[in-house]
Amino acid sequence: MKINKGSWVQIHKIILKPEERSPQVPEDTKKVPLEMWVKGLLEEDAEIGAEVTIRTLTNRLERGTLVKVNPHYSHSFGELVPEILEVSRIVKSYLGDEDYA
Amino acid sequence: MHDKSYQAVMARKNAIMKKSVGIDYDFFEYGRISFDYEKMMQEAPYTLEEVMAIQQTYGVGNTPLKELKNITKLVRKIAKPGKGARIFIKDEAQNDSGSFKARRASLSCYHAKRLGFKGVITATSGNYGAAVASQSAKHGLKCIVVQECFDSKGVGQPEIIEKARKCEAFGAEVVQLSVGPELFYTFLILLEETGYFNASLYTPYAIKGIETLGYELVKQCEAQTGRVPDVVICTNAGGGNLTGTARGIKQATDKKVQIVAASVNLKGLHMASDTHFNRKSFTTGHTGFGIPFSTYPDRSDVPRSAARPLRYLDRYVTVNQGEVFFVTEMLAALEGMERGPAGNTSLAAAISIAQELDQDQIIVVQETEYTGAGKHHNAQLAFARENGIRIMFGDPREEVPGESIILPKSPELIKAQDLDLTHIKKSCIKNLCGEVSELTREDVKFLCEEVKEKEVFVLNCLKELNKEVI
Repeated sequence: MKINKGSWVQIHKIILKPEERSPQVPEDTKKVPLEMWVKGLLEEDAEIGAEVTIRTLTNRLERGTLVKVNPHYSHSFGELVPEILEVSRIVKSYLGDEDYA
Repeated sequence: MHDKSYQAVMARKNAIMKKSVGIDYDFFEYGRISFDYEKMMQEAPYTLEEVMAIQQTYGVGNTPLKELKNITKLVRKIAKPGKGARIFIKDEAQNDSGSFKARRASLSCYHAKRLGFKGVITATSGNYGAAVASQSAKHGLKCIVVQECFDSKGVGQPEIIEKARKCEAFGAEVVQLSVGPELFYTFLILLEETGYFNASLYTPYAIKGIETLGYELVKQCEAQTGRVPDVVICTNAGGGNLTGTARGIKQATDKKVQIVAASVNLKGLHMASDTHFNRKSFTTGHTGFGIPFSTYPDRSDVPRSAARPLRYLDRYVTVNQGEVFFVTEMLAALEGMERGPAGNTSLAAAISIAQELDQDQIIVVQETEYTGAGKHHNAQLAFARENGIRIMFGDPREEVPGESIILPKSPELIKAQDLDLTHIKKSCIKNLCGEVSELTREDVKFLCEEVKEKEVFVLNCLKELNKEVI
């Protein structure tokens, strides 16, 4: 699918390969690259997965792999954690309301 | 064109920093290991009154101090007869960016604008990013926030994702990275490329901005109760919150106010570990920052940190993740205040410490933070459960960070754990001395101020370290 120039996109880029990582990082982190994600306006028509240039909100040019178009947030309040209801009951029971005892 | 390799950029670190914060840190150095802290603080050339006026203009400060009457009532039910101090909370979530960090960002952004910088950059995964973004919006400054956000599988910490969203809501550019301290390298490249101001958390601007918090809470407490707080508890990570608050308290009163640091116990989890990254439920206010920054403040992103908690704190306690989540729900259920978990670290400690104090005494918990998708106790616990962390009721002392979260089965089990301050102070002295084997008398005086101890303590410690005083 072609993504049009001027679209709001996210790019991905490897900053340091595993072998370039700082000596002080723990072993598990040393096995993986340092990666970066930045958003901006696409400078040219391109397909997902292509190497592209974007113009960021501070008017900088960044190059990287095009990973998302119209990136959005989907973080939430999570699945119900029933223990929280129980905490509420416990603390209310200390204030003398017999319904919570 | 500068060489952008990791080694070359790191080698230019001091020059980049000097240009981007406008402070020549060499100017304050003396003796073998010492520097003039108060002289450095003067680099932020604003009086407390001026800081207050700036903050008032830009939507920061004057947050309400609220008495937690129902929580105090609960504490008195579980305390020994006559015990159970009144607990108050400074509702810092009311700042425009949703946390006390607005104070920390306000002077940096004001000063950057005044000096003619086009924009500011900050490296933070916390509320500070939103604070800098919010203040930048007010001043018409461009803003870049560099975050450590994802593990190598691309899974983001929900709390940090939410902070990215908030930064973007204020118009900031967010540069997101995977786990690792080399974030600093990317940060330096961006500073060099843009020529923006480094809105570091650790400059004199950042710390002076927090002094108003300490000042306000004393004045509000006096106005509401007729007395100053006996104890003020600060959630402690990089040390700036505590340092600025304590400095502000000293400017508000000559009376003794005990300053307590509280951190979430994340013992055993490595902060730079890719696999541990999403096994912790707190991304700030924890021992992973609190201990290293107390024992060596100058590990920060500036040569000399203005956040020096051992100069001010009287006591340092930890609480466990389960205890903080428990009191976060308690705050909502009993006081009708839904706030973010990390800011409630000091509230968990307060519930324990209030039981040591008499009923006419006063504890002030000096912050709250905003809550929302991702950074809510339900979101954080649900994420922990998805990551295989066991969540159960029991004795929080049995919690193993990264494996379990133990909610206290009753509030009596909330017990702040004292850290060995002598050990922490000795460790700080060791780190400040580094490889230097001979110290001057003025270095000894400096170390006394750094760890708030008498000369005999410092001399004994230096003897143990085989350091000579000449």
